Amino acid sequence: MHALGRWVRSLLLVELFEGLALTGRLFFAHKFTIRYPEEHTPKSPRYRGLHALRRYANGEERCIACKLCEAVCPALAITIDSEMREDGTRRTTRYDIDLFKCVYCGLCEEACPVDSIVLTAITDFHFEKRGEQIYTKEMLLAFGDNYEAQIAADRAADAPYR
Amino acid sequence: MGMLHSLVSWWNALPADLQLTIRSIVFIVILIICLVLAVAYMTYAERRVIGFMQVRMGPNRVGPWGLLQPFADVFKLVFKEVVLPTNANRFLFLVAPVISITTALAAWAVIPFSNGVLLSNANAGLLYLLAVSSFGVYGIILAGWASNSRYAFLGAMRSAAQMVAYEIAMGFALVGVLLAGRSLNLNEIVLGQSGNIGHWYAWPLLPLFFVYFISGVAETNRLPFDVAEGESEIVAGFHVEYSGTAFAAFFLAEYANMILVSALATVMFCGGWLSPFQGWQALAASPLGFLTATSFIWFALKICFFLYCFLWFRATFPRYRYDQIMRLGWKVFIPITIVWLVLESIAVVFRIPPWFA
Repeated sequence: MHALGRWVRSLLLVELFEGLALTGRLFFAHKFTIRYPEEHTPKSPRYRGLHALRRYANGEERCIACKLCEAVCPALAITIDSEMREDGTRRTTRYDIDLFKCVYCGLCEEACPVDSIVLTAITDFHFEKRGEQIYTKEMLLAFGDNYEAQIAADRAADAPYR
Repeated sequence: MGMLHSLVSWWNALPADLQLTIRSIVFIVILIICLVLAVAYMTYAERRVIGFMQVRMGPNRVGPWGLLQPFADVFKLVFKEVVLPTNANRFLFLVAPVISITTALAAWAVIPFSNGVLLSNANAGLLYLLAVSSFGVYGIILAGWASNSRYAFLGAMRSAAQMVAYEIAMGFALVGVLLAGRSLNLNEIVLGQSGNIGHWYAWPLLPLFFVYFISGVAETNRLPFDVAEGESEIVAGFHVEYSGTAFAAFFLAEYANMILVSALATVMFCGGWLSPFQGWQALAASPLGFLTATSFIWFALKICFFLYCFLWFRATFPRYRYDQIMRLGWKVFIPITIVWLVLESIAVVFRIPPWFA
């Protein structure tokens, strides 16, 4: 009897119609696709993307060339040269990050005593020639200037958990 | 106005044979352009519909809603090189796609698009169709053999066996239509289904209708019967060595065949260009009366529905195992069609109502 029922079911294509009903329903379902350049997936405030160097509100750069980030960097991606400025403070003359070496671990940000080097949420960047992967102090400061609002907001959002 | 008048008189002065030739050529050119466009948008619809069923978008970047995507694909294919494998049989290698596409297009000669609107009102239209669509397998076998590639040859063998098996079931299903319509002329078969939706042959011949459409899916080597391509087993099957326009020709032939099978299912079982609401007086009197009119639009809509079914099947079913395909064709479809043909013959002989009275 059971075998007969199965035979009838297969002859009437019952299971095939069930499958068709499923895909037919999904045809009208809401689509999960994120249309990338126009839409983005949400990012955590802890997201570790492109680096930036921050400034104080008065425009003074935060970095004091303590070289802790250079020392802690596991990939040896950071190169720093420093000298004394006219006002007697120690400042960097060179702050290069090799983005091919960088593993985006965020240890430089952890090490920094003045919150100068940070990892932002920027992910859309690319290089077209050899050598372009070295981001210099000027470029990093420019990113910091352009995205300061977002960087500060991300830091503030994460502050209660630190 | 005078120019139009002189054009008409010039046309009337032409010999009748020449008139017929010119009219046929114009018809053919229009038909082929429409078919190629339909194939182009079929590929787009395929990717969109399957994408939607897999809860994603599908191509939506080239032009508004991705509507120019097929043209981007065509230009890419046309600009690619046609690679001739070193040890391939050059002549057959290049003739195979031509055979495929020729048979796919030639079958359209007897399809009625509207009452009397068809290229050749052949009395043996159904026979012609069966003959021409059987030729399509030569393109595939020759492609697989001429490529001198094991994968291509395996694909060709599989598709040959499969097409032969399903051709029989398909032929038997069409014999049922022939019995019911008492004609081999496709135009008359459609006219035989006049009346409302209940008069369509799909109802008295429901099992044959299913067998026909499933055989049609198998015949065009579409999923779930696409072992001839079987990309997970034999790369791309018979057309693995083809590139550029030669590949595009196979692509065109496959999709033109899909549209052909849909058109045939419409003509044979679903009343062709007839309206499903034909003869419904209440509707005819209402503002929606145009719905009861017979027109080419109904034909196109029905074809679209069947084409959608092709895509729906592809999005839903996994590929059949090869021995299961053979089992389905020989041990299930052929017995079902024969049993139903016997029952139908009895109904026709004794004029059993409601359909055969």
